[in-house]
Amino acid sequence: MDVLACIKRVPDTGAKIVLTDDGQDIDTSSLGFTMSPHEECAIEEAIQQVEEHGGSTTVLTLGPGDADEQLRTGLAMGVDRATHLETDGEEWSPRATANAIADAVRDEDREFDLLFFGNESADTANYQVGVRVARELGLPCVAGIKTLDVADGTAVARREVSGGEEVYELDLPAVISVKEGINEPRYASMRAKMQARREEVPAETPDHTEGPGAFEKVRLETPAGDDSDAEILGEGPAAVPNVVEVLGDDVEVL
Amino acid sequence: MSGDLPDHARTVVLGAGIVGNSLTYHLAEQGRDDILLVDKGPLPDPGGSTGHASNFLMPVEHSKEMTHLTRESIEQYKDMDTFVNSGGIELARTDERVAELERRVQSAKSWGEPAELLTPEEVEELVPYVNTDIVKGGFYSKGAGTCDPLRAGEVMRARADHATEGGLTVSPNTEVLDMHVEAGEIQAVKTDRGTVTADEVVIAAGLWSPKLAAMAGVEIPLTPAVHQLISVGPISYFEDYEGEISFPVVRDMDTQMYERQHGNDMEVGSYQHRPILWDVEDIPSIDEAPLSPTQPPLTDDAFEQSMENALEIVPELLDDPEAGVRHEIDGLLSVTPDGAPLLGPLQDVEGLWSAAAVWIKEAPAIGEALAQWMTRGWSDIDLHSSNVNRFKEWGTSREFVKDRAHEGYRKIYGIVHPREQWQSSRPLRTSAFYHRQDDLDARFFQAGGWERPQWYDSNEDLVRRYNEELDGLLRANEWDSRWWSPVILGEHLHMRDKVAMVGDMGFAIFDLLGPGATEYAERMAVGRMDVDVGKSVYTPVLAPNGGFVSDLSIVRMGENHYRVITGGSVQGPDKAHFRSHLPEDGSVQLVDRSSQLCTLGVWGPDARDVVDPVTEEDMSHEAFAPYTAQHVTIGEVDAWALRISYVGEQGWEIYAPMDQAERLWDTLYEAGQDHDIRPVGMGVYGTTGRMEKGYRLYGHELELEYTPAEAGLTFHGVKDADFVGKEAYAAGIDEENAATLCTLSVDDHRSEDGDRRFMLGNEPVLDDGEVLVDDEGRRSYVTSAGTGPTVGKHLLMAYLPREYAEEGRGLQVEYMGERYPVTVEVAGSRPLFDPENERIRS
Repeated sequence: MDVLACIKRVPDTGAKIVLTDDGQDIDTSSLGFTMSPHEECAIEEAIQQVEEHGGSTTVLTLGPGDADEQLRTGLAMGVDRATHLETDGEEWSPRATANAIADAVRDEDREFDLLFFGNESADTANYQVGVRVARELGLPCVAGIKTLDVADGTAVARREVSGGEEVYELDLPAVISVKEGINEPRYASMRAKMQARREEVPAETPDHTEGPGAFEKVRLETPAGDDSDAEILGEGPAAVPNVVEVLGDDVEVL
Repeated sequence: MSGDLPDHARTVVLGAGIVGNSLTYHLAEQGRDDILLVDKGPLPDPGGSTGHASNFLMPVEHSKEMTHLTRESIEQYKDMDTFVNSGGIELARTDERVAELERRVQSAKSWGEPAELLTPEEVEELVPYVNTDIVKGGFYSKGAGTCDPLRAGEVMRARADHATEGGLTVSPNTEVLDMHVEAGEIQAVKTDRGTVTADEVVIAAGLWSPKLAAMAGVEIPLTPAVHQLISVGPISYFEDYEGEISFPVVRDMDTQMYERQHGNDMEVGSYQHRPILWDVEDIPSIDEAPLSPTQPPLTDDAFEQSMENALEIVPELLDDPEAGVRHEIDGLLSVTPDGAPLLGPLQDVEGLWSAAAVWIKEAPAIGEALAQWMTRGWSDIDLHSSNVNRFKEWGTSREFVKDRAHEGYRKIYGIVHPREQWQSSRPLRTSAFYHRQDDLDARFFQAGGWERPQWYDSNEDLVRRYNEELDGLLRANEWDSRWWSPVILGEHLHMRDKVAMVGDMGFAIFDLLGPGATEYAERMAVGRMDVDVGKSVYTPVLAPNGGFVSDLSIVRMGENHYRVITGGSVQGPDKAHFRSHLPEDGSVQLVDRSSQLCTLGVWGPDARDVVDPVTEEDMSHEAFAPYTAQHVTIGEVDAWALRISYVGEQGWEIYAPMDQAERLWDTLYEAGQDHDIRPVGMGVYGTTGRMEKGYRLYGHELELEYTPAEAGLTFHGVKDADFVGKEAYAAGIDEENAATLCTLSVDDHRSEDGDRRFMLGNEPVLDDGEVLVDDEGRRSYVTSAGTGPTVGKHLLMAYLPREYAEEGRGLQVEYMGERYPVTVEVAGSRPLFDPENERIRS
């Protein structure tokens, strides 16, 4: 079985996100980069499926030259090979991204049985690339998956909904967008990290093709934060008068 | 303990990392009872370097100050129940490192810390997971261990609260916005929670310290730098062991890395990677930082070689199939231009102190020492190597700090020769003699920023000329002769036979002016200051405990004018000390003339014959007495001459305006040609000449832990006038000394393999294989070492316990793992060469 996991290089942000002056990007001058958490699970899932069924794993990203760092993380976790669709660093729309990935998948010698995506990227959160790639390649697709069983050319995928879960059966090959919780991504060993650093990661330049349905970023804004202070009213029974006062006078629920 | 910000606090401590907590605790113990401790981050981990330190303490270093501070810190961590005595091992992969580990044992003996060398088999017994196939030996420090600095911080805050009876306010999440300074005194700290007036403020803010200092208009020269570390786990090997650490911490010295158990993980840290320096302005805020402001993500490519080296030394554990890299950071820490902390009063703002660039391993003791310094004027452990003012006025620029931090990063875990010179940002501070000296192929060493010739390659002919005298004094061993030249010995002999020029010595020169000058000078110095105009007095300057703050010369220039002349490398510290004692009424002004005046020494039997013919004034012995000063005109240059000599010869120190220095040089150089005058280096001035004369050097022989009586510097007696340290000084004269500073010579230089070895300083002094210890628990070690070519011996100075300080007594000195017989030549300060100072008086 050949399995593909697609990932995106995103800023590793703290609680507070700082934007560049023109509002076009996150100020990453003092930040590191990582891949989206859902995508770490996509890689882990790819590795586990191949561990179970045999085959090969491939990790793919579309992003700037430095995104090879995230591909190497995948290699260090145990992925067999990496594909880098190198861009000039500009953010690509979900459509353009999906077109380029679909082209790359078509150009591959092998035919992937499973194509994993993270449910959404940690930075732009468009929720689109997986489904657009599926449509482009004419493959079945499910998103938001937290449980997956593969047997005899069929994938049984489950996703949580309020009050229960939805169960899907897909014939392979299929596109599956996974969510954190589907597995516990492994830590790469030191030796694997070292070896991954020394591996060649070939880069190709993808075609940038937009199409109908594309949208344009105007600017980013940070939502207003909650700056209110928390106050400790006291400990144990001694706190009761204060609590009563707050509930009665300030909140007026008593 | 915590609460609203007060309007006023006697003491404000900025930074609640291990340093600020420790300082707060010790200040409280010393009696400060109104303290505000502020941090911009939350507690217990406000996000500075304390929060990601690897927390191990290896006490043995080549610096006595650092070794004693670390050992005292271990005691404090133990007392707070935050120390695990795991031991520590430094590994050698190379022969050169094995020799360095022998030198570590030597330092351990000098400073009184248990240590021993291990064979690879012994390493394996203690740490079975080390790959001893690639190890040639180990250095075992039994006293080493790990601590919990965050927990220690909590204990210290609680103890401080208790000691102050509630007089401590701790204010986390409080950011300092500005510092108010008026008339050179700290007034208040402005924060985002209000402004607090204060009598004294301490900056203990780690790598943010320069930013806070800048708010007060002063400089703390450090830069944030990356120390990469990762954590690998869970390692099944450790599952059978309880607790945080069950094996000694391992330092793989030749790869500049360490590996230490941390519960089920192995922590791997590196100083091997390329230096990565940060600008403090680029460090994210606590809110913006994913982990903490001082834990940016690992720079992967820089760590690649470190991973390979770690896998070589601890292969089995790090290749545990279940283990992965669970944590990886570029840990930010503070790096200074010379690697030592930045402690003490900041010279330009009274009441503002620095407690910066301190490692976990020494922080509790530094908190204690600094608290002692702040509350009583001296510390039990001398902090002179860490004085924040040592870079003042020459080495505080961002460019310099970055250059030196970059260069110094390679020295962490490196093999650093005691005479090793820094290479970057040079030349920086040059006297007007520089180009003349450079033309004569001077080999420049740096002191106090000044470029000073150590010797001149152009004097190489002197080695041949004195071939016979130098027999047995030349150093064949590479280590012994590194940063040294036999030319120094030739220059010395030439000076003793004929005449030499030495300069510029890079002295710090402070003029004291005003109606209160005499009274002030009296108060500062042990020697009597109410002397005739023109008289020069060499004198100790003491702390209240009678220990040395400095030793220097003070010349009375006029009725209300004194000139203080001290070493260039203590310009900042000495100036800070003098300024802090200036009378409040403004009756004395201190003017720093260090950079305005050049200094040129002309010494030797022919000195007068060189100087007199080109000088307008009469330079005869009768007209110009020893230890006096006069204004003179040499050629065209109006100068000021002082008949004094640190090398024990006839001659003068000549001071002239820096803009006429070259002319002065040329005049004397030309006048001296008939006498074969040679410019000679500081190797003669600072070592060979000095050692033969038994002259003491601040920072080597003279420091807070020894008194003038022990150093043999009580020739002034006890004057009537009051002075700092008088009581202790007078008591020291009356009491029997626990130790006496002696000059020793090496009887036999031959090592077991036939090499002739020459000690360089800091070696332990032994009798019957045991290091000598005096009644006060102080151990005997070589404070200075240098060859005396005229006396034909390699000379050592050391404080010896009373019963050993007798001339002719045979002892041993341990050097590089072997013992060498030595003899006490002089007990006390009598010069070995020309004991009656006939040459100076000729």
